[in-house]
Amino acid sequence: MTERVETQGISDEHYNFAYLDEQTKRMIRRAILKGIAVPGYQVPFAAREMPMPYGWGTGGIQVTAAVIGKHDCLKMIDQGSDDTTNAVALRNFFVETTGVDTTTKTKDASIIQTRHRIPEETLTKDQVLVYQVPIPEPLRFLEPRETETRKMHALEEYGLMHVKLYEDIAKFGHIATAYAYPVMVQDRYVMDPSPTPKFDNPKMDQMEALQLFGAGREKRIYAIPPHTKVVSLDFEDHPFEVTKFDQPCAICGAEEVYLDEVILDDDGNRMFVCSDSDFCEERREAGHVGHLGTNPLEAEGND
Amino acid sequence: MSTQTASSIFAKAPAPGLADPVHDAQSVFRSAMNALAQPGTVQQLDNLTLSPPAPLSVAATALVLTLCDYDTPLWLDPALATNETVKNYIRFHTAAPFVESPAEAAFALVSDVKLLPAIASFAAGNAEYPDRSTTIVLMVDELTEDDGITLKGPGIKTEKQFSIAPAPAMFWQQMQDNSTLYPLGIDIIFAGTNQVVGLPRSTKITGLEA
Repeated sequence: MTERVETQGISDEHYNFAYLDEQTKRMIRRAILKGIAVPGYQVPFAAREMPMPYGWGTGGIQVTAAVIGKHDCLKMIDQGSDDTTNAVALRNFFVETTGVDTTTKTKDASIIQTRHRIPEETLTKDQVLVYQVPIPEPLRFLEPRETETRKMHALEEYGLMHVKLYEDIAKFGHIATAYAYPVMVQDRYVMDPSPTPKFDNPKMDQMEALQLFGAGREKRIYAIPPHTKVVSLDFEDHPFEVTKFDQPCAICGAEEVYLDEVILDDDGNRMFVCSDSDFCEERREAGHVGHLGTNPLEAEGND
Repeated sequence: MSTQTASSIFAKAPAPGLADPVHDAQSVFRSAMNALAQPGTVQQLDNLTLSPPAPLSVAATALVLTLCDYDTPLWLDPALATNETVKNYIRFHTAAPFVESPAEAAFALVSDVKLLPAIASFAAGNAEYPDRSTTIVLMVDELTEDDGITLKGPGIKTEKQFSIAPAPAMFWQQMQDNSTLYPLGIDIIFAGTNQVVGLPRSTKITGLEA
């Protein structure tokens, strides 16, 4: 799984490179350029039907297909993991239609397409992070009409979003939004960071890599250029806080990373492990061991 | 028809476009994308075998062939607009409709900064659709990093010095005004001989006096 997969040559000559036709790529590329010029603004684009259902990352793959070249090395992750269904399916899609190299190593990738996580490893200026976005409009659940939300963005009228966060505080005593936590981009546009856990929000701020967001069903593309100010919305007396975990990763011992809960048996035993599979693997290769050892199924109390 | 020889037909035919339309366009786009994502940083284009008609440069032509098609109204500066060879070349390779008014243009191709009309005459988008604006491909002789005016904003870690030559006195003043319209405004992609530099509307410009 950690080996870089060599897949030279396009395996199916019936498709254009990266599946999309050239006119579609030009249209998407123009939208990407506008998105970069106006960070956080959702640029409408004529999303195509892709050979997979909406919700599987049709926006993300259209953005990746418009950006990717034959010398790129692609990493595809789904909730931080390289080997879950969505990641495997979309990686194979690009292997078949482009023949590019793929990798699971974050630092080897030139393009990383992600579904709802930002890798733990700090990204560099030569990398592009492509997000799959289901609902790009952060105001959509507060105001269903597109004409109205568009006006709200135009007028920078974001009071409603603060009311929503305040209602969280009134009900729960704290801001209970844990994912798709709204951010303010370069002091102008409120943006949905896609349903990444709010744990990842601080990584978006001043990130060195270019961040591109594609929403296929909703037909929107937006972007955050490198070194752009991204601030999670909050209140003076209720400042933004990242999710904290009270234990380290069970198999690599990492702290200060995002953890997934894994149920181990029918007795309610569970463990928390790194959601970023590459990060966890690298740590274990480097000799780090968590409290459940290298194989949690053989650990004491889990038989 | 029968009197025309093959050579006379070829003589009138437009020069070839990108040698490898798929991968050349992709690499040119990546340069343009990085250019706008890192304003003021010179992006080298890969070696392209392009022989566009004068006065078009390889970089400017590559950008137009990569980004324009029948969906993008294109404005040409007065010198280009009266140059049938240039127009035939662009029309043949992109099918982009030419427009008379800069305000209707999705893209503008300007071969000489002296021929650039007032920047405010181009489309700046509107408050609800700031993306409905003109992107200007501007040919310049020289692009120099670490010298000249100071750029700040998204894509720039702290600040970045940058200059173009030639640069008429009012040009940077107009670009400064353009950035005050943010999120409206035009974006510029400077095209040198084989390099591109981006200057999106989000970039703040200072240091004009120097």
